[in-house]
Amino acid sequence: MALLTVKDLSLGYDGQAIAEHLNFIVNAGDYLCVVGENGSGKTTLMKTLLHLQEPLHGEILTGEELKEGDIGYLPQQTLVQKDFPASVEEIVLSGFQGRLGLRPFYNRSEKELAKKNIERMGIAHLSRRCYRELSGGQQQRVLLARALCATGKILLLDEPVAGLDPMVTAEMYQLIKDLNKDGITIIMISHDIGAAVTYSSHILHIGNTVFFGTTEEYVESEVGRFFLTQQKGGLQ
Amino acid sequence: MIEKLFLYLEYPFVRYALIVGVLIALCSSLLGVTLVLKRFSFIGDGLSHVAFGAIAIASVLNLTNEMLLVLPVTILSAILLLRTGARTQIKGDAAIAMISVASLALGYLLMNLFSTSSNLSGDVCSTLFGSTSILTLSGREVVLCVVLSVVVLAIFILFYNKIFAVTFDEDFSRTTGMRTDSYNLLIAVVIAVIIVLAMNLVGSLLISALVIFPALSSMRLFKSFRMVTVSSAVLSVFCAFFGIVISILAGTPVGSTIVAVDVLAFLLCYSIGRATGGLAA
Ligand SMILES: Nc1ncnc2c1ncn2[C@@H]1O[C@H](COP(=O)(O)OP(=O)(O)OP(=O)(O)O)[C@@H](O)[C@H]1O
Ligand SMILES: [Mg+2]
Repeated sequence: MALLTVKDLSLGYDGQAIAEHLNFIVNAGDYLCVVGENGSGKTTLMKTLLHLQEPLHGEILTGEELKEGDIGYLPQQTLVQKDFPASVEEIVLSGFQGRLGLRPFYNRSEKELAKKNIERMGIAHLSRRCYRELSGGQQQRVLLARALCATGKILLLDEPVAGLDPMVTAEMYQLIKDLNKDGITIIMISHDIGAAVTYSSHILHIGNTVFFGTTEEYVESEVGRFFLTQQKGGLQ
Repeated sequence: MIEKLFLYLEYPFVRYALIVGVLIALCSSLLGVTLVLKRFSFIGDGLSHVAFGAIAIASVLNLTNEMLLVLPVTILSAILLLRTGARTQIKGDAAIAMISVASLALGYLLMNLFSTSSNLSGDVCSTLFGSTSILTLSGREVVLCVVLSVVVLAIFILFYNKIFAVTFDEDFSRTTGMRTDSYNLLIAVVIAVIIVLAMNLVGSLLISALVIFPALSSMRLFKSFRMVTVSSAVLSVFCAFFGIVISILAGTPVGSTIVAVDVLAFLLCYSIGRATGGLAA
């Protein structure tokens, strides 16, 4: 069975639908990019997938190998207040919450794994630094390391490169691609349609027209072609 | 000076006051960071006024053990306030303001109408500012205080990592399968217990100071959650100890003296933080 099966899903707030009749499947190892205009409901979709909010209609089925809480999440905005005192280590370790259950403290293997994930993100030299004093790109890596602690199976990333400069953006995309190669399923929201078609295996387009299929199919489709030329035009 | 202090320490009520004061200061400082960062400081303030109202009712009803009424009422209000506060920030704030002034006014009214005491304004003043009630603690009250403090301390240590996670990023914690609502509830209940405890020490108007100042001071100096927590606890205990000692020697009101020492410590930490850009993590 697929990791995630979404059937006739409608989402929104207070009974008002933002996106309706979504159907898609995510298999283990997929790299799904969710694209669409601002306000088309991408973040809302992600929150619904994470059960942070109730769907208006339809269902989300998870495969047997995906247990509750076995999902790593990188939010679009972390509403961390600017004076929150927390070191990189403390934040990354907090990714193990789900595994902790009622056990009060982290054990040695969890501490080791946190260290490994920090190294994997290339921020080992920052591990004792204070989160709020890091740059945007460094903060994203910290949150990605935390998400990796929560799961080794599937990551949900909401615009992981928002506000990063082109160099750091490219590094971030490479990092995510490498994680995908290591077998982690990726669902990523992106505004950067160019990067989306470069890196992903599947595309979900939401908005006025809904599209779901492989990236090749998307590039050939009408909505895909339109969106691609529009973005290229916008960049010039 | 020192001799005078040792002379005072011979009296059990002075020793009781020191033990209870230090324990209460320790407990109240622990959740300070969470309260400040979750914008719950208002709740602390509101709850202390609720506790004041409950004490007024208890004294009108002539209850021998006020705690039996005050503790449940405060815990219940904490849960209610957190419920409304979680939905929307503004409504939550308004609800807190309403409940807090209403209980303050009702409390005073009740005391005024029904009190049999000859020194009403003295009673009210000591409930609001703590005054000397800490020096008149009975053995039973001391035991109750110690037990509650130990419970609060144990809960805090056992749930330290969870408290950090829900404070730092509640949404993320929920996605990992944590029951964040239950932990918010736990935090609210612990806050309520701390406030009822601290009423004895500094009175209901000054409780927020006891909870918030050590956390704010430590946040000037340290940059990891653990160091800030440890430093708040140490600072708070230190300030409470000196505040009580000074108040005994100089004959000043206990609560206000402790808070004054806390304010001084904050100013000191603020300057150090400014000068050095904070100590190491
Ligand atoms: N908490 C909320 N309550 C009510 N409506 C909301 C809420 N959050 C978002 N919306 C509305 O839902 C719609 C979709 O929002 P969403 O954040 O999902 O868009 P998005 O596709 O992620 O946009 P962006 O590309 O800007 O991140 C918007 O019209 C927004 O105004
Ligand atoms: Mg969004």
